[in-house]
Order: sequence, then C-alpha cells, then structure tokens
Amino acid sequence: MKFYAFHLMPYAALDPDYDKTHNAAWVTLPNSYYDPKIGHALYNRYLDELELADACGFDGVCVNEHHQNAYGLMPIPGVMAGALSRRTKNARIAVLGRALPLLNNPLVVAEEFAMLDNITAGRLVAGFVRGIGAEYHSWGANPAESHDRFHEAHDLILQAWTQPGPSKFEGKYYHFEYVNCWPRPYQQPHPPVWIPSQGSRETIEWASHPDRKYTYLQTFSPVTVLARYMTMYRETAKHYGYEATSEQVGWAVPTYCAETDEIAVREARPHIEFLFNKLLRMPPEMLLPPGYLSLASLQGVMQAKRALSTGNQTIEDMMEKGVFLCGSPATLREKLEKYQAEIGFGYLLPAIQFGTLPHELVRKSVELFAKEVIPHFRTRDAAGLRATA
Amino acid sequence: MAHRETFETVNGCKIRIMRGGQGAPLLYLHGALGVAAWMPFMERLSRRFDVIVPDHPGFGASDTPDWLDNVGDLAYFYLDAMKQFGLSGVHLAGASLGGWIAAEIAVRDCHPLKSLTLTAPAGIHVKGLSKGDIFMWSREQFLRNLAHDPKLGEAMLALPVSDAQQFTDMKNRLATAKLGWQPRLYNPNLAKWLHRISVPTLLVWGDDDKVIPPGYGPAFRDLIPGSRLEVFANCGHVPHTECTDKWVETVASFMQGAA
Repeated sequence: MKFYAFHLMPYAALDPDYDKTHNAAWVTLPNSYYDPKIGHALYNRYLDELELADACGFDGVCVNEHHQNAYGLMPIPGVMAGALSRRTKNARIAVLGRALPLLNNPLVVAEEFAMLDNITAGRLVAGFVRGIGAEYHSWGANPAESHDRFHEAHDLILQAWTQPGPSKFEGKYYHFEYVNCWPRPYQQPHPPVWIPSQGSRETIEWASHPDRKYTYLQTFSPVTVLARYMTMYRETAKHYGYEATSEQVGWAVPTYCAETDEIAVREARPHIEFLFNKLLRMPPEMLLPPGYLSLASLQGVMQAKRALSTGNQTIEDMMEKGVFLCGSPATLREKLEKYQAEIGFGYLLPAIQFGTLPHELVRKSVELFAKEVIPHFRTRDAAGLRATA
Repeated sequence: MAHRETFETVNGCKIRIMRGGQGAPLLYLHGALGVAAWMPFMERLSRRFDVIVPDHPGFGASDTPDWLDNVGDLAYFYLDAMKQFGLSGVHLAGASLGGWIAAEIAVRDCHPLKSLTLTAPAGIHVKGLSKGDIFMWSREQFLRNLAHDPKLGEAMLALPVSDAQQFTDMKNRLATAKLGWQPRLYNPNLAKWLHRISVPTLLVWGDDDKVIPPGYGPAFRDLIPGSRLEVFANCGHVPHTECTDKWVETVASFMQGAA
C-alpha cells in the first residue's frame, strides 16, 4: 500500500459564527471573512506540512481545486504543485484534480501538467474531476453539460499528450486546428491519471475501461460506501475481461494519529467537527445543480431520501461511519489492515490536516503516522512480494 | 370544454400535447416549471380559441432529443411543428421561458403567426437588472417567489407532490439548466433581432415579479416595433395563474383585435 498525504488547505480562521447569517461556506459567503495576512501564514504553513510529509517518507503529496469557498483555498492547484515541485524531493505530486468542465480551454491543463511533469522529472500524478456542484454556481459553467464536457476535455488533453503535434481536435465543445503541446510530458506516454469521485457507476465504468484503467479514488465516504464502489470497480473490470489491480483503487480520508486513542479523539474533535459542520455547509441546491448528477442517480438519491449536509455530526458519528480515521498507531494499523483485507485498495490518501487542526498537531500526527504506521505496511508488502516471487 | 391529450412526433421527437376548444389556433408555450395539468386559464381561452399546449422537448412527458442544446433549437422545432400540424394564423403565446421561445420563433419567421403574446418572458439581459437566481432557490423558495400574494405560494406548497411529479420537476429543471444556465436565461443575440417581429405583440408583466423584474417590460417593448406593454398591479411572475380573469380578458381581446 502506498501513502499520499492530502491537504485541503482550508481557511481555518473562518469565524465559526458565520452560519448565523450565511447558509453556506461556499459561493455566497462574503470574502470579507478572508484576511490576507492570515491567508499568507496559512498557505506557507500548509506547504510546510506537505513538505514535512515528503521528508517523513510519504509516497506522495496531494493538492486539489475548489472555487470561492472557505473549505479549500486552492482555486488554482497548479500554483501549489509548482511550489511543491522544487521543495519536495521524492514524493509524487498529485493534483486531484483539475475540474475540467469549468474550463473554456482544457489545453491549459495539458500544458500545466506537462510543465509540472518536466520540472519534477516525472513525479506528477494527473487528476481529473468535474468539481463539486457548488463550482458550477461559482464559475457559471453549465452543470447540464458537465459529463459531456468532462469526457471531451479529457480526450483533448490525452490527445495533446500522446499524439504527435500538431494534430487536429474536432469536438462538440472544443475545436482546435493545432493541438501541439509544448512541453511534452516527461512520463511516457503520459502521467498516471487518477479519477477522484464521491461514487458513481458511470464514473467507474469510464475509469475502469480497458482503454484507460485509471486509478479510481473514493473520497470522503463511509467505509461501507467505499467497499461498494471498490467492489463495483473490480466487477466492472472483470466484465471488461481483466483483473483490476489494487493500484487501480484508492481511498482518501481525513486521518489523525496520536499517542493513544483517547488523546487522538480529544485532540481531533473540535477540528474535524469544524470541517464537517462548518466548512462543508451548503444547501442542496448549491451542492446538486441540475445535471450534475444524471437523472437516474438523482432518482436514487430521491428514493433513498438521503439527507444532505443536515444536522451536526460528532466525531463519534464520523468514526463510526468510517469517514474519519482516528486513533493510536496500533489502532490505525489494525483498522487499515482490516479495511484493506476486506476492500483491497492500493493507495491510502490521508488528509493530514482538516478544519482548524493546528500546525503542531499536524506535525505530531504526520511524524507518528510515518514512523509507526507506514513502515508496518512497507514490511508487510515486501514480505508479500517475496512470498509471491 | 373538454381537452384531449395526445402524443405527436415531430422531427423524430415525441411530444405530449394538450388541446381543447374551437376557433383560431392558439399555441401556448409553458415556462420552466412545465404544465402538469389543463389550467383554468387554458380552459377559459378554449371557449374562444383552439388552444394547443405542448410539453417542450426535454420537459414533462415529452422526449429529450439528442439535438436539444439551446432555445434556438426549440424555435425551429415549433416552426416545423406548426408546418406539420398545418397551422396558420397562429396566436402564439408564451410565459417566462416559453415567452423566450416564442420570441425566438417570431424573429426567425412570423409567416405562420397572427399575433404574439409574451408574459414575463426571459430571453434578453439588461445590465444592472438582475433576475432571480432560480437555480439557487429551493422548491419552496421558488413557489413562494412566483406570486405576489403569499397565499398563492402557500396554496401551491400545500399541494401533495407524487414521486412521478417530483421526477418531472427534476427533468424540467435539467432542461431549463441546459437552455438557460449560462448566459443566465437569455440569448445575447436576441435583442439585436427583435426588430424583425412583424405581427401585433402584447407584453404582460406583474409589477411584483421576483423572477424577471418588471423593468424588463419596457426593454422588450422598446425593442419590438409597435408592441404594447400591460403591467398588472399586485401581481407576480405568473399573471395567467395569479390574475387569471384580467389576464384572459386582456390577452383574448388583444388576440381577437389582431385577427
């Protein structure tokens, strides 16, 4: 199993009482809540934290893209990836990912990712997403075109990377006479592509297709949901006539490690609750604009009468559902062993910071996790390799 | 007056049509919420006209064809439909999104038309004059914002909603987003073409329209040659439902005068 440290880079100084006057930490929350001096300190601190993960031996570091919100301050994730490309030495840098349907010209992503891949001598992981529903309100992009634009933008980027340029691209939304990406990507034929998702059959069918075999990442979902989609990926691959490897599936989950279970829960509590109850807050119309989910998926949601971001969640709820990994090194080793045996993911992406978690606790958790949890799986995987050799 | 419900296929797209009454043909184009039933204003008009109410492609019980991308596609669809149904001298009426479609039909070809009635139409943008963000509104906010009289909003909210109706609501919302998410409920080119409308045109607006503010009324009036604007006092975005008597009287006498 490989370990990639994930960072959302939230605006941790958000006034927690904002929700007395505003119904969302997204789209419409006035940016007067943002203080650039605090932002300056946070950005640099967050980069330090990812650099620490690299130094401690994580296999990769991850950034992502969200717009006009307090939940994650990386509208242009390439800026952070660029900063990390020179300061990290070993870790892969995963941009998870660029929200393709929001772009008028997706060639910018082909270029940006190719640059990062060249600077880092091939340490880039290319993530493609549709963004969350709120992005379509912020960016004015039409959610009814989200799926089609995603697929077409992806095809354009892959063509830019893999076909000798100049080539022609003739799509419905994008049309170019000269697709000719300078620089070409360092990794050939192209950087590994990862597809983060909150879970969808359509996405799995597309990502697992033999032409792609992309790594599918389940993000911020309960363990039961994770298991369902990982199984779906394997079954879909079988249906396509091949056996999916564990490298094709990963799990992104906020993670906190401390000396004992009791200390871990006590230290993490206010910060993880801030993430779920304050930073993720938005009404359903913002989260699910029309077309963001297919009508079939929406009908599923409707029939399940699933409550969306309603009610406050406690750390106990989150740990019970498995949307948050928290505990001593022994507990985390045990849980991960169990989940991995049952579910079989090849990548774990711990979000090393969440909500208001302060730097000292992030540092302590990252160091402990790197020292006491990661090596356990390295030894085990090496033994497994010897056993099968 | 009894109305009939049929399915017709135009350009490979099957649509549901409600039709009732006798007289000159009156084609009514519904707004973003669709038409769940034969409404009182339709019944009243059917005493004087042959009232034809289709579900737009992409809406209600109609198909969603692959070719549906924008309101221009619907304008050509209805021009083809009028031809296929052998309709001429048509009184064309549309409300909100349907008003936008009607205007797009009229700028393309007025030959099949006798008159044009636009009730609080979408379709153009006036700088500084914001429309309501219907995609950010919950269903409850949407229904409350439709009318001037809060009691009408309450009454609509009190109606039971079946699972089938809920699914149709989502389908209508999706089609509306496809047609009008960006730019938001207008065609930047339409204002340049409105001078091409050559049939008598009536504009109706409620003075308390929270979806498309009444300031759009004079803007449309100034762009459509010889058009007339009627502003209803104490009325919201759906004058045909909220002020049915006055709307039917105004619209019917306008159409009969144009005949």
